Amino acid sequence: MKVAVCIKQVPDTEAEIKWDTQKGVLKRDSIDPITNPFDEFAVEEALLTKEKYDCEVYAISMGPERAQDVLRNALALGVNGVYHIMDESLSGSDTFGTAYALAAAIKKIGDVDIVLMGRQSTDGNTGVVPGELAAILGYTPLTYVAKIREIDFQGKKIVVERAIEGGFEVVEGKLPAVVSVIKGINEPRLPNLMGIRKAAKMEIPKWTCDDLGIEKNKVGLSASATKVVEISVPPPKSQGEILKGELDEIAEALASKLLDLKIIK
Amino acid sequence: MGDVWVYIEHREGITSPLSFELLGIGKKLAQERGGKVCAFVIGENIDSIVKDAFAYGAEKVYSVTDPTFKTFRSDLFSKAACGLVEKYGPDVILFRSTTQGTDLSSSMAGKLNVGLCADAINIYHENNVLKMVRAAFGGRFNVTVANERAVPKLVTVRPKAFEMPEKKEGQEGELVKETISVPESDALTKILDFVKSAVTVNLVEADIIVSGGRGVGKPEGFALLKELADLVGGAVGASRAAVDSGWIPYEHQVGQTGKTVKPKLYIACGISGAIQHLAGMRTSDCIVAINKDPDAPIFKIATFGIVGDLYQVIPKLIEKFKAKLGK
Ligand SMILES: Cc1cc2nc3c(=O)[nH]c(=O)nc-3n(C[C@H](O)[C@H](O)[C@H](O)COP(=O)(O)OP(=O)(O)OC[C@H]3O[C@@H](n4cnc5c(N)ncnc54)[C@H](O)[C@@H]3O)c2cc1C
Ligand SMILES: Nc1ncnc2c1ncn2[C@@H]1O[C@H](COP(=O)(O)O)[C@@H](O)[C@H]1O
Repeated sequence: MKVAVCIKQVPDTEAEIKWDTQKGVLKRDSIDPITNPFDEFAVEEALLTKEKYDCEVYAISMGPERAQDVLRNALALGVNGVYHIMDESLSGSDTFGTAYALAAAIKKIGDVDIVLMGRQSTDGNTGVVPGELAAILGYTPLTYVAKIREIDFQGKKIVVERAIEGGFEVVEGKLPAVVSVIKGINEPRLPNLMGIRKAAKMEIPKWTCDDLGIEKNKVGLSASATKVVEISVPPPKSQGEILKGELDEIAEALASKLLDLKIIK
Repeated sequence: MGDVWVYIEHREGITSPLSFELLGIGKKLAQERGGKVCAFVIGENIDSIVKDAFAYGAEKVYSVTDPTFKTFRSDLFSKAACGLVEKYGPDVILFRSTTQGTDLSSSMAGKLNVGLCADAINIYHENNVLKMVRAAFGGRFNVTVANERAVPKLVTVRPKAFEMPEKKEGQEGELVKETISVPESDALTKILDFVKSAVTVNLVEADIIVSGGRGVGKPEGFALLKELADLVGGAVGASRAAVDSGWIPYEHQVGQTGKTVKPKLYIACGISGAIQHLAGMRTSDCIVAINKDPDAPIFKIATFGIVGDLYQVIPKLIEKFKAKLGK
């Protein structure tokens, strides 16, 4: 009974962001990193699952040296173990390359019943790594999960509620499964001082492409079919108009302007 | 072959016009490469969807019907879709970046060993290379992604990023019916139930959104926003601050950790305009900000701004709209 949780380190949205315009990749070293907000829910769900079903939980992150911070945080929260996938040839991987490397790590951990992930990352913002990962591993894809109703590790089944357009879909899936979670599924806890102290001293195991048996031509910048070719700042919206005057006049003016746009019928 | 395929999403045979929105941009991309714009539909009873796909401009429609495809399940639909792709070899496949479009495209990408460009806000060919523009870091940057090699090239597109194609009733094209059936025992999932949400208007599809933030101050305030939204035919959105305060459910949250929306009109009431909120709505066509703080950052991206108390401004606006709309 093993649960893996994939966490990504992302730049704080408020931070100043620097790009390597030559390579079209982020200069991740230059920015304040945080745990991807959705992945905090994934970690919490993994911990709740551990407490309820007495399974083991392993956290995985792929990223540069600094990505170990998010893993250390997971250790402080109480996961059983962590793995840091780090290899120069992985830098610049597109979503497929990322999913491919995560899949290799999950196979190496072995006997993983559930992979928990966030619904999307706030930097890549693609939300496609979970679906790709499930397809690569042949696991059941269960995305946008708002609630895990029950897990039957012996019977290899899980029942979840998925938040999709128009409502909630209740789905039973076979295990192993990839489960991506949305905000509101739980309230992530904070690490306590003892956890932080313990985690600070722990060794973070690193896995390279060779350790994972990854063919280098499948991953990294050179292998990615999708490539960033240009980065630009979107043109500023034309200067807006602040309506001034008495409330009655302003409301009249705004209502007319909006009706002129012919959106309101 | 430069064929461009468009996935037509539906829920058990039910579509909205937006299900067909990508046939417009699909046609343009196909013409740029001398190919055809084709729709593909998977389901159980989909005859009327096929008809509508032609009406919205599909030159060819691939349809796969089987009882196991009654409800969307990405594990099964992606098998059928990959089967079609392997047989007919499209150049580009477009999906909407809804939950269904994202599920299907990502499953296909994993199965077909190809990358995927997600949530594009613009797509075009340049020297025969497919380029996609997407917003990054809360829309502070636009990133252009090129896809030179993948076969096929999978792209998900932000809903409402392109003009709706015109619907011409009775327009016809070539229909290709494929029989692909997957035994139910192969299915990894079983749908047990669908609980309709209490939210009547889907935020992502709405043309008008009236959104409230911490400035609304209390749960009852959202009733006022709802009144305005109902009057103008819109949906109600919210900032994270309002959601976290428990005034309105998470389903309404707009922003980096909520929904990304692109309505024609976004009315932000009592929202300061934090970068994470802007991430979800800055590509809206027209933005109206109502805020009592003249220095609130939301005014920087607003098309029209009103500095004032929303509890005075909104009732006045409602009054004016009622008079003008004759309601
Ligand atoms: C990782 C992360 C993810 C996030 N994701 C999101 C997200 O998805 N969506 C999101 O919205 N936020 C998100 N946030 C939060 C974001 O940073 C802001 O805290 C939030 O958007 C603020 O909401 P607000 O504008 O409603 O509240 P405030 O910033 O408190 O602004 C309230 C505004 O209301 C005005 N006001 C008060 N009373 C009135 C009145 N009577 N009439 C008119 N105006 C009034 C005030 O002048 C003020 O400008 C995220 C933050 C983080 C760190
Ligand atoms: N480099 C990574 N390391 C670990 N997990 C990742 C990584 N990239 C993406 N993920 C996982 O995939 C989810 C969706 O990410 P994305 O598809 O990039 O939006 C995230 O919430 C993570 O759980």
